[in-house]
Amino acid sequence: MSITTSAATTSPALSVSLDGVGRSFDGSRKVLRDIDLEIAAGEIVALLGPSGCGKSTLLRQVSGLDAPTAGTVRIDGAEVTGIDQRAAVAFQEPRLLPWRSIRRNVEVGLARHTDRAEGAARVEQLLELVQLSHASQLRPRQVSGGMAQRASLARALARNPGVLLLDEPFGALDALTRLTMQDLLLDIHAVEPATILFVTHDVEEALYLADRVVLLGVESGYKADSGAVIRSVITVPGKRPRDRGNAALAHLRAELLDGLGVSTHHPAHTL
Amino acid sequence: MRSSVPGRRSTIRELPLGARIALGAALPLALLALWQFIIVLDVVPSYRLPSPTAVFLAGVDLQNRGLLGIHVLISTQRVLIGFAVGSIVGLVVASFVGLSRLGRYLVSPFLSGVRSIPSLAWVPLLGLYLGINEDSKVTLIAIGAFFPVYTVVSHALRNTDPQLLEAGRAFGYSGVRLLGLVQLPSAIPSVVSGLRLALAQSWLFLVAGELLGASMGLGFLLTDSNNNGRIDRLFLTILLLGLLGIITDAIVGVLERFLLKRWGA
Ligand SMILES: Nc1ncnc2c1ncn2[C@@H]1O[C@H](COP(=O)(O)OP(=O)(O)OP(=O)(O)O)[C@@H](O)[C@H]1O
Ligand SMILES: [Mg+2]
Repeated sequence: MSITTSAATTSPALSVSLDGVGRSFDGSRKVLRDIDLEIAAGEIVALLGPSGCGKSTLLRQVSGLDAPTAGTVRIDGAEVTGIDQRAAVAFQEPRLLPWRSIRRNVEVGLARHTDRAEGAARVEQLLELVQLSHASQLRPRQVSGGMAQRASLARALARNPGVLLLDEPFGALDALTRLTMQDLLLDIHAVEPATILFVTHDVEEALYLADRVVLLGVESGYKADSGAVIRSVITVPGKRPRDRGNAALAHLRAELLDGLGVSTHHPAHTL
Repeated sequence: MRSSVPGRRSTIRELPLGARIALGAALPLALLALWQFIIVLDVVPSYRLPSPTAVFLAGVDLQNRGLLGIHVLISTQRVLIGFAVGSIVGLVVASFVGLSRLGRYLVSPFLSGVRSIPSLAWVPLLGLYLGINEDSKVTLIAIGAFFPVYTVVSHALRNTDPQLLEAGRAFGYSGVRLLGLVQLPSAIPSVVSGLRLALAQSWLFLVAGELLGASMGLGFLLTDSNNNGRIDRLFLTILLLGLLGIITDAIVGVLERFLLKRWGA
């Protein structure tokens, strides 16, 4: 699939930096603590971790939808205070407006003051990209969960953000569409190189898409409400697009699954 | 497993119009048959229960004197004006209470007090301050129409899906733009049901309003017939009120279908 883009819609990717970021709820219950992470402009970073460990919460700190109780988040060197329009989010749930058609939902993502014709063209192009042109007139309740999720992805892409925050963007897709959409995301990234921070539960997906994989979780020996930290950061070798069956990644896969507490029955671990 | 497939409205097939009308008319017709049956059995004296024929003739009689249309028209006019005023004010106040914290804490306790005042308690006050005229009657109906709209709509605005609100904010919407994007559209179904309740309430308050020294209207006809022992006219008026309620509700129903098609989920 080819993507065209005009100079006017191309905004540069922006770096993201987290410095001692922590978030606790109700004063005491820590969800995140001491998160230090530098993401270079244009980099793709996967966030991996057990359910409920604070992945969505971490994304919310970067988007400015939520404020950390400790530390600072910076985009392109400038501190994030409040909802930041340099970033765009695709939520874990599609969160489409039920009374708007798919097309009009994608329009919501356009930057303010976008030229009408330019905006319409952009939306058209995105709908094609996420393979929803045929469904553009339907309401969210009339489309499948996977289609709704793709619409939500298109909405996030609409403003050509410097930072793209994706919370399990392909979670509701069937295995086949999922692979197509992964390639699509890489295509988009090649043409419009945003910095991408995405959450996934899928180790394969993380290794296929990301430059680095960040494993989030509570340190062993600590109580659950002591807050999740970065357990490890893995740099994925090789250039994209990667071979999905790459054996060289097998040990990384085992390492990550191990970090997630999944037994891999890998020779190295069955000794 | 996550359940991310959005809830689809189950598609219950609509019955054909003829069947719907037949079903809707079944209970009233059965009641009419029962009524006629009791008359035929002749177990209730006619000063306690007039026959359907007598009620019909009472209507014909009023019509011949040129009064029936006037009573119906003047009452309908009062209801429509009162309903329009009351629901517009209701929408405005509901927006204030539903969208601003100040509005909520300042106005809503006061209004829940006012809401509990029964319609009959307003009658002497309105008569005293506005006089025995159209204004006082229409005002009473407006009060009746105000509360359903206010209650339902302010509740809906206050309970807008926080996830959708957050999505709107994430894409740079705030204030009036966010209101137009998320809150108002999601409140539309509530606005419609509020209006429907308000219309029904307007007819209820009409009768109380026409206790205010009216010389025309169905409420007047009701009290007048009662005072004169014209039980046939009493029955006629009750039937007319029911009929008018059905007709106006059906009109709002058409509006409802249109709005829900455009703004419903
Ligand atoms: N607004 C909030 N108020 C209180 N607690 C919250 C709030 N938001 C998140 N939490 C808590 O933070 C923790 C992490 O939630 P989060 O949604 O970030 O997890 P997650 O890693 O995204 O999980 P999943 O993989 O299941 O999506 C949970 O224990 C949750 O209860
Ligand atoms: Mg999550």
